[in-house]
Amino acid sequence: MPEIPEAPPRHSAFAPRSDGSKVAVRIRGLCKYFGVGDQRVVALKEVDLDIFTAEMTLIVGPSGCGKTTLLSVVAGILNPDAGVVEIFGSEVSSMRDRQKTRFRARNIGFVFQQYNLLPALTAAENAAIPLVIAGWRKNPAVGRAKEILASLGMGKKVDSLPSQLSGGQQQRVAIARALSHDPKLLVCDEPTAALDHETGLTVMELLRDVAVKPDRAVAVVTHDNRVFHFGDRIAHMDDGKVIEIEDKQHDSGQDEYGAR
Amino acid sequence: MYWIALKMLVGDRAKFLGIVTGLTFAALLIIQQGSIFCGLMLRTAAQITDITGADLWVMDPNVAFIDDVKPMLESNLYRVRGVEGVEWAVPLYKGMARAKLTTYRFRSGPRSNVFTSVLDWFSGQAEPARPPAGSTPSVERVDIIEQVILLGLDDSSMVGAPPPARILVGSLADLRKPDSIIVDRVGLRKLYPGQGWESASIEKLKAEFFRETRELEMNDRRAIIVGICEATRTFQSNPVVYTTYSRAKQYVPRERKILSFVLAKAEADQSAIEVAERIQGATGLGAKTSEQFMWMTIKYFLLYTGIPINFLTTVLLGFIVGTAIAGQTFYNFTIENIKQFGALKAMGATNLSIISMVLLQAAVVGVLGYGIGTGLGALFGWSSRNGELAFFTPWLLPVTGVAIILICVLASLISIQRVVRLEPAIVFRG
Ligand SMILES: Nc1ncnc2c1ncn2[C@@H]1O[C@H](COP(=O)(O)OP(=O)(O)O)[C@@H](O)[C@H]1O
Ligand SMILES: [Mg+2]
Repeated sequence: MPEIPEAPPRHSAFAPRSDGSKVAVRIRGLCKYFGVGDQRVVALKEVDLDIFTAEMTLIVGPSGCGKTTLLSVVAGILNPDAGVVEIFGSEVSSMRDRQKTRFRARNIGFVFQQYNLLPALTAAENAAIPLVIAGWRKNPAVGRAKEILASLGMGKKVDSLPSQLSGGQQQRVAIARALSHDPKLLVCDEPTAALDHETGLTVMELLRDVAVKPDRAVAVVTHDNRVFHFGDRIAHMDDGKVIEIEDKQHDSGQDEYGAR
Repeated sequence: MYWIALKMLVGDRAKFLGIVTGLTFAALLIIQQGSIFCGLMLRTAAQITDITGADLWVMDPNVAFIDDVKPMLESNLYRVRGVEGVEWAVPLYKGMARAKLTTYRFRSGPRSNVFTSVLDWFSGQAEPARPPAGSTPSVERVDIIEQVILLGLDDSSMVGAPPPARILVGSLADLRKPDSIIVDRVGLRKLYPGQGWESASIEKLKAEFFRETRELEMNDRRAIIVGICEATRTFQSNPVVYTTYSRAKQYVPRERKILSFVLAKAEADQSAIEVAERIQGATGLGAKTSEQFMWMTIKYFLLYTGIPINFLTTVLLGFIVGTAIAGQTFYNFTIENIKQFGALKAMGATNLSIISMVLLQAAVVGVLGYGIGTGLGALFGWSSRNGELAFFTPWLLPVTGVAIILICVLASLISIQRVVRLEPAIVFRG
């Protein structure tokens, strides 16, 4: 059988764009199903998407369209049924569980809708968790977490328990936690959904101003159209597919990074 | 990670106390039930093991256990003494006698407790009316008739007597006085009901109980209490009366055969087992070493009475219930925290570190529960030391410890496999 030559990639994987931002996450042909037989739900249908460093990518769409599923697969906490996820050149989708766990610990920061702070730990202790997972001892980890909290305007609340904090403050602690180990990829699932509009805006501002860095990619899932303007790129999803990509800074000719 | 595990554990005070209480209860249940079982088994054998000095028991060949008295002719004593290798042999009388006495009682109605009240209610028997509150209790004279366990000890050697440490008031030598008997402390409850002597201090007994002559009557003969001892508790709750062999014969109706047991001692250079066999061969009687007789007795109780089996069931039940409670509380705790573990897993905590966290939590509550539970168990045993309850613990402590650790490990294993199989993706679900 004659060898079929591999088609040249449409886009060189890690070549920087004109503004220096690079592809951080490359998603190709990603599929995810839940259940079997009649109960089978197709949550992701061949999703292609690139997420770049130095900007905030919003993943938006109606409820149930597969945003959370996509984010879970990208973050390596859910295994896809088909397709590839590459994060900074490492193919996460084919890693074994232990490798994946280690990869997450080192490279990914999480912000959840429900904050998921440990109720028994103070703000600083919560924010220190990724450092502790990375092997730091308690005192230096908590010390570092306090610095980060202070930089997020939470310096006075470092010793408070989550139950003593407002929703917005808890989400700040969660952001401090997500950033404490300086991850290369930050994934946030509906970070503003549990907050009132004002607080949601400040949280988004915080993400834009503090989380976005030249060598870090930030992916935020939301269905709150009042925060869409924070996105540098917006991937619109519907029914398990990415249907449109808006790129504010790069001309539409470059819309080939992903959507089909 | 360990400090996080500990903070998670104690963070919610109520939950933490709940788990520790559950485990404490489990430990207490196991200790308590187990101790009672051990105590009971020990009781059955104690009548034999308490008799020091003699190492051989000679009896009617058909005797199956210690309370199974089949009287022999007294001449058998001399036949045993004649067997080669027997250093000495003495008679022991063991039987029931009917004791009568007259005493006083506060007219306050019959004794009752929660259980008897419930029983009264079920059986439809109205509780007898009590005197109205506030009325001065009147004292009535009552005639007591009680079956007692009569032990007649060899007049000269007193072999079979309670050890001196267990004689609370008086001494063995007092048995040489005419008509004298020694009764057991707990038995005072039946002989002098409602007067509280059974739980009185030794000083009080000396000063007040013996202020008057305590006289009773058996087989129309006078008996005077000269001492109070701590008898070996048995399944029977009858008062125990010690006296000399010759006097014991007079406290029961005259019969041709009266000798219950012959207690004997093998000569120093002889093996007790061999001498027992020799006695058996020479006299046709049953002869056992103390140890053989003890096992025979325990075996009898295991085979022919439901008591040990029932208790064993209760012990097992206690164990199972304790395990279920403790396991369930700890399992619930882990499951309630599953989202927290999920978040830790998502953030890159390995299964191994999460397993160690759960195990550490289990170990901490296990040790605490075991400690408090055994403490309470000991307190319970200590507080019931004077009562009817058989309570014996020693080897149960490590057993309970192992049990509690097993419970915790088991419960944590079940919850751990939930945590290990946990999809960290749940953290993104509301
Ligand atoms: N664990 C699961 N089991 C079964 N179906 C699921 C599961 N998770 C998600 N789904 C289904 O997959 C689809 C996408 O869900 P999700 O990614 O949570 O959507 P979104 O975050 O956009 O609201 C939905 O139809 C949802 O019911
Ligand atoms: Mg969602």
